[in-house]
Amino acid sequence: MEFDAVLLSRIQFAFTLAFHILFPTLTIGLAVFLVIIEALWLRTKKDLYYYIYKFWVRIFGLSFGMGVVSGIVLSFEFGTNFSRFSEATGNVLGPLLGYEVMTAFFLEASFLGVMLFAWHRVGNRLHFLSTCVVALGTIISAFWILAANSWMHTPAGYRLEEGIFYVTDWSEVIFTSSFLYRFTHMLLASFLSTALLIAGVAGWYLLKGQHEFVARSCFSLTLGLAAVLAPAQILMGDLHGLQVQRDQPMKVAAMEGLWETGRGVPFLIFAWPDQEKETNHFEIGIPKAASLILQHDPEGEVKGLKEVSPDQRPNVPIVFFSFRLMLFIGFLFLGVALIGLWLRWRKQLYERPWFFRLCMFTAPLGFVATVAGWVVAEVGRQPWIVQGLMRTVDMASDIPAQAVLISLSLFVLVYGILFLAFVYYLFKLFRAGPDYKTEPPPFTSARTAWLPSG
Amino acid sequence: MDLVLIWAALLSFAILIYVILDGFDLGIGILFPWGRDAKERDMMMNSIAPVWDGNETWLIFGGGGLFAAFPLAYSILMPALYIPVLVMLFALVFRGVAFEFRFKSERSQGVWDGAFNFGSSVAAFAQGLILGAFIQGLEVTEGVYTGGTLDWLTPFSLMTGFALMCGYSLLGATWLIIKTTGELQQWAYQAARWLLLIVLAWIAMVSLWTPLAKPEVAERWFSWPNFLFLSPIPVATLVVAFALWRALKKQRERAPFILSVSLFFLSFIGLAVSIWPYTIPYQVTLWETAAPPESQSFLLVGAVILVPLILGYTAFSYRIFKGKVVAGRSYY
Repeated sequence: MEFDAVLLSRIQFAFTLAFHILFPTLTIGLAVFLVIIEALWLRTKKDLYYYIYKFWVRIFGLSFGMGVVSGIVLSFEFGTNFSRFSEATGNVLGPLLGYEVMTAFFLEASFLGVMLFAWHRVGNRLHFLSTCVVALGTIISAFWILAANSWMHTPAGYRLEEGIFYVTDWSEVIFTSSFLYRFTHMLLASFLSTALLIAGVAGWYLLKGQHEFVARSCFSLTLGLAAVLAPAQILMGDLHGLQVQRDQPMKVAAMEGLWETGRGVPFLIFAWPDQEKETNHFEIGIPKAASLILQHDPEGEVKGLKEVSPDQRPNVPIVFFSFRLMLFIGFLFLGVALIGLWLRWRKQLYERPWFFRLCMFTAPLGFVATVAGWVVAEVGRQPWIVQGLMRTVDMASDIPAQAVLISLSLFVLVYGILFLAFVYYLFKLFRAGPDYKTEPPPFTSARTAWLPSG
Repeated sequence: MDLVLIWAALLSFAILIYVILDGFDLGIGILFPWGRDAKERDMMMNSIAPVWDGNETWLIFGGGGLFAAFPLAYSILMPALYIPVLVMLFALVFRGVAFEFRFKSERSQGVWDGAFNFGSSVAAFAQGLILGAFIQGLEVTEGVYTGGTLDWLTPFSLMTGFALMCGYSLLGATWLIIKTTGELQQWAYQAARWLLLIVLAWIAMVSLWTPLAKPEVAERWFSWPNFLFLSPIPVATLVVAFALWRALKKQRERAPFILSVSLFFLSFIGLAVSIWPYTIPYQVTLWETAAPPESQSFLLVGAVILVPLILGYTAFSYRIFKGKVVAGRSYY
């Protein structure tokens, strides 16, 4: 394999994207969590919720900062590394990204300032409004990014002239056949990953017998949410699978490690796909399960990789193993949520150290699953950058490989340092725990700028 | 009216807003080492902590807007400027995380002070390099950049790099005058006066160098009757500079910032006059690089509604944080 500018640019983009996606996943979930907590505080007037908010908002601020800086990098890499792609798809993707900036980034950036720094400058209602606006901003941002990305998977509403895409119908461009599945799947992934992270931190406090009051409240709330979110995500994943099977059968074939088209296809729990020999080693599978999952019919037909020539197939082992990793974590989360429900029913939710440890173990896994899911989606689309229309090898800028090699090495170095620093400060905040010293703002404040009556 | 012209105006506006808003907060970063103790540096940082993120968003709007409205220009410029753009991004990354990390650290605070200063300085310098390379023009053949990876590196672009750093510092110093009191404010008055002199020298140099090096620019400014219509720009620049000098001497609080912004505004107009109507100077025009009307109009509908709204809530958030910053750590 030759390390040319195209491959290096792809590695650089994959690396910077995988790094970036961790932070939106966390901030989308945390923003919604903070809305719930602040609403509870305003409703119940219990100081407890104020302390929970102030604790998690610091982690939110830290993650948001990381997300902003790594996101700016991505927005410029389209142009620097993939100028041919930018030129070809600029008419379609440019406006979508433009809308993301106008409807989401400005909203988040402006109201984040209020959310973090203005507790004693604005009234409680305006502050709550700012929290809601920031949460809305994170979701709107995901909406446009997923719309742009889904268009690359299932292009629609365009016409192609001399290698340039032109838009014929904007609603078809935004709401392609895969968009709603992928958007919902991503939002659920954010909510679930964040819920399990919060539960893990709370579990850690419970294990150590620290901050009990705050930890119990977080533990109970997030595990309750997970009990709804985990099954919902599995259901959503199943629906999404049907759609991918319809629109990108080769992606599904790689996910399933399926070489021959057939009926009554088994679901492989484990296998070692061999691209050279076009077969699998060490197959262990559940008979007819893949047909059942993908066609909702045990005898349904599933297309195999041999339907197309080898240069039209994605990298099978990468897609196959990433998919299994994501799936495994998804079901692990379901297990944790069910155990949580059972312990709650037995009134032992706060009394089982092994369960606290289990939650600590699963705390970071949602982020692993999210990255694995993106690998499945993006590698599964190869060799296409725009499915069926534009090949990945044709998208890169004409820049020397050396320049990309230098920038890639710098990204690995810089992001490595930043990630260590992030984790260090994250754990520093976790160890410090909630700060009970600051008084919550009074509820009778007349200083609200939002409503004159306060 | 011509959509291309509307987009050219809107993008110019976005870039101007970016240069002014992120200009003053990058300027604070450049001036940061002159903060004499941790307390003063806290105050400097607190004067921008709630707003810097919003300011920087205008950069993404500028980049995204260029991608959407002039995709060909974007796909020519970005690879041509690969190294300075990536240097700028790395610098902005370090600077951006410094806001979060600095206030959460004790022992390593010096490291993040350094990252903030270094990141701000390098980002400003890289933006100046990009500007200089852009003014000089790039080698383009049939819609593709055909120059070398290091074509942007010239004495002229190095000069614009330093010039922009000084310009941002002037904005930063005059912003500090508004936000602080006492010793730090007095220092900012002093710094602003020196910076004004340096910035004027840079403006004079760029104004002489460009027409000398680029006959197209000389033709634009010095042919009759252009000279007559354009002469108010340099005259106004001199008047503003003089007013700024006096305002600093009289220790007025708000006027220096407003006048510094005006100085940037006039330089920006001057630049626009020199470059018009090109997106890649002297090679490719706005119309040749524009997206088709269906793409430009789709985004414009949103921009007409949203940009005023954005300006509205941006002003609102600045109003929430108005007044002097107080000493002490702001640890939300």
